[in-house]
Amino acid sequence: MNAHLQPTGSAYFITKETQEIERHTLSVLVDNEPGILARVVGLFSARGYNIESLTVSETEHGRRLSRITVVVTATPRTLVQIKLQLERLVPVHKVHDLTSEGASLERELALIKVAGSGDHRAETLRLADAFRAQIVDATVESFVFEVTGKPSKIDSFITLMTPLGLVEVVRTGLAAISRGPQGM
Amino acid sequence: MAERMTGAEMVIQALADQGVEHIFGYPGGAALPIYDALFQQDAVQHILVRHEQGATHMAEGYARSTGKPGVVLVTSGPGATNAVTGLTDALMDSIPMVCITAQVPTTLIGTDGFQECDTVGITRSCTKYNYLVKRVEDLPRIMHEAFLIATTGRPGPVVVDIPKDIQFALGDYYKPDLETLRHQSYRPQVDGDAAAIEAAVDLMLKAERPIFYTGGGVINAGPQASEHLRELAELTGFPVTSTLMGLGAFPASNPQWMGMLGMHGTYEANLAMHDCDVMINIGARFDDRITGRVDAFSPNSRKIHVDIDPSSINKVVHVDVPVIGDCERVLAEMVRVWRSKTNQPRTEAIAPWWKQIDKWRAVDSLGYKNSETVIKPQYAIERLYQATQKQGKEVFITTEVGQHQMWAAQHFHFDKPNHWMTSGGLGTMGYGLPAAVGVQVAHPEALVIDIAGEASVQMTMQELSTAVQYRLPVKIFILNNERMGMVRQWQDLLHGSRYAHSYSESLPDFVKLAEAYGGKGIRCENPAELDAAIAEMLDYDGPVLFDVIVEKDENCLPMIPSGKPHNEIILPDTANIGDIIDEKGRALV
Repeated sequence: MNAHLQPTGSAYFITKETQEIERHTLSVLVDNEPGILARVVGLFSARGYNIESLTVSETEHGRRLSRITVVVTATPRTLVQIKLQLERLVPVHKVHDLTSEGASLERELALIKVAGSGDHRAETLRLADAFRAQIVDATVESFVFEVTGKPSKIDSFITLMTPLGLVEVVRTGLAAISRGPQGM
Repeated sequence: MAERMTGAEMVIQALADQGVEHIFGYPGGAALPIYDALFQQDAVQHILVRHEQGATHMAEGYARSTGKPGVVLVTSGPGATNAVTGLTDALMDSIPMVCITAQVPTTLIGTDGFQECDTVGITRSCTKYNYLVKRVEDLPRIMHEAFLIATTGRPGPVVVDIPKDIQFALGDYYKPDLETLRHQSYRPQVDGDAAAIEAAVDLMLKAERPIFYTGGGVINAGPQASEHLRELAELTGFPVTSTLMGLGAFPASNPQWMGMLGMHGTYEANLAMHDCDVMINIGARFDDRITGRVDAFSPNSRKIHVDIDPSSINKVVHVDVPVIGDCERVLAEMVRVWRSKTNQPRTEAIAPWWKQIDKWRAVDSLGYKNSETVIKPQYAIERLYQATQKQGKEVFITTEVGQHQMWAAQHFHFDKPNHWMTSGGLGTMGYGLPAAVGVQVAHPEALVIDIAGEASVQMTMQELSTAVQYRLPVKIFILNNERMGMVRQWQDLLHGSRYAHSYSESLPDFVKLAEAYGGKGIRCENPAELDAAIAEMLDYDGPVLFDVIVEKDENCLPMIPSGKPHNEIILPDTANIGDIIDEKGRALV
């Protein structure tokens, strides 16, 4: 429109990002109190961080502690900031970057509804068996499978089920824990 | 011993137990039980404001000038939303504040009740922490924890939202033991790591072109921190510059003082930051107004960064030696370690550096061309500074936001911490007048001046009425150029002089306005009459609105245009650049 009137500068200097984006899994130990999830999620949205997956549940009932597992994508510099910003929140006890701290286990659970009849039904069951998916509900024209594993395994199972009558999927998001004897 | 009382009484009791003498507030439906409890006691004095934003800035001025937390009391809904600007301002500038907001009864929460708003939701991102009190049993603990969180670590605002039924409810009040407070997760680190401090001092001992870059963290760490900074500067012989928030921590009258740095900082401070080999950042956060272009920021220096907030480390600029801890403790430790290693300042080693700095100083980057016909804003502040020095009173300065704020930072000089109150991080126009009122409440005998602009001051002008009510003799020194001067300056420099909406076509008669409020109004437009007019203002025992008609189109210089490195600073026409220009062909705009 008025491109010739573009300002010759700005009140802010905009830096180009040069670092590569990585995906990391963070484990966050927090007080289980009202608003804690909003605090964590609000921090991510306010500072422009990306969440890929987020799982939260109380894990130590007596001490009213919850564990939040959050998968983020960010540059290495931003990852350090995310960790420090989370630790700055009053109800946050600890933040561990499981991805950079070495070996960790990651699991997700999905419930998958597939409807069909005839050959499709037999093929569905054969594949479910190969993926060690449990049948948790069955009717003459449908199954609900429970499948647990790495997110990539669940992705593959969903892909295979799609042409066989996939109706809907629900996933828990990632739960992760470090290997070995040490706790958080 | 627990004592039986209502939630409202607990609030007042907790304030009294915390040693709170003044609170700034405005009543409303949901807050009435607390106001009732306030009415029946003498320990806590309430200052009635005219708008809740005013209450928050008063609390900020009170807090920054005393080191104690500022306390605000407002009602639900609009009371809380009006406080949001001040809460955000306090968060950005790390000001300790406890803001009590009333809320509709718990049974009405979520029903869109009259004057209901989601206060904890709205304030979650503009407070250090916030609470919604759902049970009266939690109230004593929450009140005391709020003060702990607001005042320790990196200070900040804390909101306590109290529904009306909780204010009425009876419960047991007790003063909790800090160790039993719920948030075991909140343990700010105050002592710097010994090895890191040692590494920092070792780096300082080898420095040839060092500089102290200090910030608001030194002020927040208490007056002792400023003492340690002065001692360390003396021991080392290094030059000192400061951010806007840190002015006063190091005396402006000291020869090692370089003036403020940053976008409108002095030439010598910015060039020294650019060319230094060791930068010692004490309680500053590499704000974008300081760094300019990050990739060209002080490219050849090793950087030490002392900060109480771990998330400030490496947030903007990568540093070599981070020290997490309270500035007061870390500075004391640095002094001790330096002494243990040497009893000599590095005078000889850094003599060439000082020689270079003196050359930069000779440029006189704060110079301006004075006039006999029109009052230059810089001149007005210089004369004000001179006049206040003869008063024999403590002088506190607050500002609004814009050109006048930068000129005040450049031309008014501070020798003590906690005497300069300004909105740095958020840049809130309308901060200065209420902040001055808050300062005056804390220091009734002092001379408190808001250096203002005619645009900013109109954002919270109604608080003049508060000043009149409580006989607070604040002086509002308006540099009136009929422009939103800083906006106009940017439009002049970067937007082809297209002055979109940056001028005041209709201004009130400030003299009449002052009189309408019950204060005194003075106008001055002749440089020859300025001193007498300032004297008249200072002599008047009451609030004064002083309308100084200044040069309309003066730009605030020096200035580092955004996106430029420190060495591409714009200097005033009067600058003495003769000696500098041949040096390595350094290009000056």
